[in-house]
Amino acid sequence: MTTTDDLPQPEGAADVIQTEYQIGQDNIKGSVGPFGLDIHNPVFLVSGLSIVAFLVLTLALQNETEAWFSALRNALTGNLAWFFIGSANIFVLLCFYLIVSPLGKVRLGGENATPDYSYTGWFAMLFAAGMGIGLMFYGVSEPISHYASSFADGAGGPDSWAPLGGAAGDAEASIRLGMAATIFHWGLHPWAIYAIVALALALFSYNKGLPLTMRSIFYPIFGDAVWGWTGHIIDILAVFATLFGLATSLGFGAEQANAGLNYLFGLPATDVSKVLLIIGITAVALLSVVAGLDAGVKRLSEINMGLAALLLIFVIVVGPTVAILTGFFENLLAYAEYLIPLSNPVGRADENFSQGWTAFYWAWWISWSPFVGMFIARVSRGRTVREFIICVLLIPSLVCVLWMTVFGGTAIQQIVQTGFQGVVDANLELKLFAMLDQLPLANITSFVGIVLVIVFFVTSSDSGSLVIDTITAGGKTNAPTPQRVFWCIFEGLVAITLLLGGGLGALQAMAVSTGLPFTIVLLGACYAILKGLQSERAIMTK
Amino acid sequence: MYRNIAVPVDLEHVDRLEKALATAADLGKHYNAEVCYIGVTTTEPSPLGHTPDEYAQSLAEFGRQQAAKHGIETTTLARTARDLSIDLDKILLKAISESGADAVVMASHVPGLADHFFASNAGTVASDAKISVFVIR
Repeated sequence: MTTTDDLPQPEGAADVIQTEYQIGQDNIKGSVGPFGLDIHNPVFLVSGLSIVAFLVLTLALQNETEAWFSALRNALTGNLAWFFIGSANIFVLLCFYLIVSPLGKVRLGGENATPDYSYTGWFAMLFAAGMGIGLMFYGVSEPISHYASSFADGAGGPDSWAPLGGAAGDAEASIRLGMAATIFHWGLHPWAIYAIVALALALFSYNKGLPLTMRSIFYPIFGDAVWGWTGHIIDILAVFATLFGLATSLGFGAEQANAGLNYLFGLPATDVSKVLLIIGITAVALLSVVAGLDAGVKRLSEINMGLAALLLIFVIVVGPTVAILTGFFENLLAYAEYLIPLSNPVGRADENFSQGWTAFYWAWWISWSPFVGMFIARVSRGRTVREFIICVLLIPSLVCVLWMTVFGGTAIQQIVQTGFQGVVDANLELKLFAMLDQLPLANITSFVGIVLVIVFFVTSSDSGSLVIDTITAGGKTNAPTPQRVFWCIFEGLVAITLLLGGGLGALQAMAVSTGLPFTIVLLGACYAILKGLQSERAIMTK
Repeated sequence: MYRNIAVPVDLEHVDRLEKALATAADLGKHYNAEVCYIGVTTTEPSPLGHTPDEYAQSLAEFGRQQAAKHGIETTTLARTARDLSIDLDKILLKAISESGADAVVMASHVPGLADHFFASNAGTVASDAKISVFVIR
């Protein structure tokens, strides 16, 4: 006789899609030397080889490729700004609809599934992967930039970069506009982009039984054709966007960390220091991926969030506390007031801002969405759709309002009230440190700032390696460990090559350009989510 | 001497387990012990099942086939892992302990260079389990 003891409990009613496709059927299994191998054919090879080819091309034709890719990115964000802005609005509206609709009751992983992670671990991971480093880079600089362009004499003129025409000479209104515009770029819209990708992937994987890879989202549209070249191209593009996005950020991040270390300790700003930083970051990321999702990635994300919270609380306490606390609500109100005009996709008078800032940001977030979305999906099993959207859309947006208020608001206060120009004059990568310099214990907080920059990179790098490994293994999350080690090292090597050989800017422009095809993928995902959730709901109500 | 023999199985590579399965069955028959096949799957869909539930059913079917083939009494124990490539050893050790087994029969490969970097599953189980472990190569 035989009995099956202790069935796993993520199940209950779920509408599994029955397809002839067997996960891993296209995979090449075997070994390279002593190491095991389980890779998707052709996604692994085509993406790996084309990344190398792009790298060689960029290094060989540096001036040309920089010009091509920058022109491509500018053409996309310029001519198709309406498409990016309009699509992002659709993603936000769909998320709000799912919160209030009965479809929000569907549980990812089946009706009786229980969450894999506690709220703290889950939230730390999705935040550390999702925005991380950008908050360190732009938390101070972006609010100042929008405030300055809004306040400037020529605000609203043809050369102005001010949002919504600015408020020339009116400091109060310029602060409100500057904060609203910054929060707009870091609030509901980017998180809705991530939420849509993550929800689609989680739904089609945990409830529908399809492999955890980008192509599965398209099953309701293309049917079994997603297992052929249509799907291969979607997955290869996802690997491309993720690897180049991560590698170029790693390169630029090494520059920021190096600049910070130079500012604080006088560490020479040379290629050797930057390469050593990339090697260090990659080595820690490597330890994290080999330690696994729970012992490595989750733990590091929690440390990361703990440090970020400490820095945030410190600035609230020793900075202009009352102004920050009242500013939080004022900025929320300003965001609500300007949300609709800032989201308007057509007939904008502030083209520099809507194309150069907003459309660029949306393309950037969207190009990151396969990576962040897939990682969020991987850690979100067991949540209901409503809970998922509230936690992936609303809470991070509120945290971003707080972060921008604390860092950007404090910097603006320093400029407006004391006339301090140090933050304005500092280079982009040093603005955070210039702001912290005006507060007590600047040496300690700046050091924490640099550590945060580095840890944020590690938490992006380790989760990114897991995501690329899963996509290139055809959606299998249990591919041999050396494969994730390979991607982690590969990412570091690409960053070092670009840093030394030049071309970080060119390939970042190319990564952002992948925002266009992925916007189309995301619009498809919206349709797929609605279809998928309706069939789940039908099973639940039976 | 043994009442319950645990056999960790990787259903994706059953062909590599034949010797261990035969050894476990022989021991089971000899000592009149129950053989418990332990399998671990990912929470994400895998080649062995769209859901962990489907995987558990495949494992149960595997247990039935082994019972019929060798004329022994079998049970199965299915577990899930959030990061299978890394957490397998830990989950196997816990499952072995929970199964109440007093011996483990486990297939392993011939040690090679890779084992210096990534410990083998059978090696870890043999080092850490508190009961007898038969490693079959």
